[in-house]
Amino acid sequence: MTITQAKQERIEVYRFSPAVTIGVPFLALVMQAFIPVKLHFFNNFDLPLLVTIFFAVARRSQVSGCLTGAIIGIFQDALTHQPLGVYGISKSVIGYAASSLGAKIDVENPGSRLLMTFGFFLIHEAIYILVARGLVGMNLTWLWGREIRDAFANAVLAVVVFAVLDKFKQQ
Amino acid sequence: MLVLLGTDDWILGTVLENVISRFRNTFNLIVLAAVLVGQVLGLAVQVKRPDDGGTRLIRVWTIAIITPFSRGIIHTEDWVSEKWHSYIWLRDVRKENEELQDQIVQMKMEQVRLIEDANQARRLQLLLGFKEQYISQTVPAQVISTTGSEFSRAIYIDKGTNDGIKPDMPVVAPEGIVGKVLRTFSTTSLVLLINDPTSGAGVILEKSRLQGILKGAPNGSTVMQNVMSDEKVSPGERILTSGGDRIFPKGLPVGTVASVSPGADLFLNIRVRPAATLNTLEEVLVITKIEDRSPEGVDQSEPSRRAIDILAQRLPTVAPPVPTETGTGTEAAPGKPAPELTKAPGTTASTAKPKATEVAGGATTKPATPTAAPDKPKPVKQAEVVPATKPANATPNATGTPKDAQPQ
Repeated sequence: MTITQAKQERIEVYRFSPAVTIGVPFLALVMQAFIPVKLHFFNNFDLPLLVTIFFAVARRSQVSGCLTGAIIGIFQDALTHQPLGVYGISKSVIGYAASSLGAKIDVENPGSRLLMTFGFFLIHEAIYILVARGLVGMNLTWLWGREIRDAFANAVLAVVVFAVLDKFKQQ
Repeated sequence: MLVLLGTDDWILGTVLENVISRFRNTFNLIVLAAVLVGQVLGLAVQVKRPDDGGTRLIRVWTIAIITPFSRGIIHTEDWVSEKWHSYIWLRDVRKENEELQDQIVQMKMEQVRLIEDANQARRLQLLLGFKEQYISQTVPAQVISTTGSEFSRAIYIDKGTNDGIKPDMPVVAPEGIVGKVLRTFSTTSLVLLINDPTSGAGVILEKSRLQGILKGAPNGSTVMQNVMSDEKVSPGERILTSGGDRIFPKGLPVGTVASVSPGADLFLNIRVRPAATLNTLEEVLVITKIEDRSPEGVDQSEPSRRAIDILAQRLPTVAPPVPTETGTGTEAAPGKPAPELTKAPGTTASTAKPKATEVAGGATTKPATPTAAPDKPKPVKQAEVVPATKPANATPNATGTPKDAQPQ
């Protein structure tokens, strides 16, 4: 009993209000679509992915992480000219993996968040390109230099974004 | 006993926890598999069906939710910017105005020369039966959003089906072509940029007249394909639309050749620098109507003027040759309404009282058509074909025949 209690104490599960649950992904999608009009380099960031990772890690529920990733990804697909599901599949996997990771190790400090986002971004891009080439027939290539650069940029942004989103956590 | 019971509880609790945990993991995996399989099936359906695979509703909802915010921000920014620059920040306006006035004077002088050249070109095109594509209607639009993806190079504009926008309409910027309309919604349209890998446009090199296809590369650059490696293409050469894709009108600027290198399969690898700055687009023009028509706006009454005659007019005083009675004066200044030349044929026409068909033939400068003398084709003096035979009030129609001189 004591051990169980001790184990439960180590895993902190957070919840979010409905406004945050809907509003934050929505805001991420709006910013992702609008900011590149003024700042083209923002296309290299993936705010919806960062939000997916944050919610998945905070809730520590694989089902919730998977579904959150799928919904955000499908809406992100709807903005593009490509078939729905390419971002959906990649973000479903990332949501699932991030919540699994969040349940096992501490991902609350900036260092671990940086490394985690770096890794998840690369996995996300790999799945995206795999699905796009294999299932949709898109002509995409894996460019190591670009992917590493973008992964690092997203990891740095994630540290800032996660710190802001921490304010909305409810235990 | 208590100790044993406590131990049993602990063991039972642990076993139950393990069972629940295992079941939960299995359940989680089943959910993940279901979500992935569902999306893969959805993708398969969409790839098979070209009409969005039944996903239009989701797209419409997403666009309806996302774009109003972008549109609101953009329009607010424009309003503030306009007020600022129109009423508050007016520094250097006077100086700028003077500079612009100077530019207008210079451009007016340039315009006179260009109009003359354009008229001459149109006359030649008319002679060849050449049909041009005219951009007869455009709709200005503002870029309000992007797709937010590096893998989907497209933009959203604030004009849709309510403004007459339809799929496959070309979109241009002042510098050059931008892309084509891919999807339309009521107040928004999705424009596929020319640097997207799924886009394509028929292009031609300005000097060498080599044709190819403009495509987007996965890294975001644009390339010109289908030019054989034995052709000579030099960096810096301008690229224009060829009109072969039936989307973009012929002759619009596309960009310049940035670099040329040998590619695969006996084709050159031509990297193109787009004329329009695709990354910082703010306003574009959607071409909503293109017409195929013959060149117009040329004064048909003087079609026989040659470039050398125009030059001769511009030269300082050259004494005109005296026309002979046989009417060879037309060679001196064909089509020129010089008094000496107009008098002789005019007299001929008036004294002979030609039929309407003869007048029409004279006006079009064709030497004696069969309708002019159907019975016996007599030789016609050159002076009779001078446009001066045309009645003064005769206005040429599209075919060059005066309306008032039509055969009854």
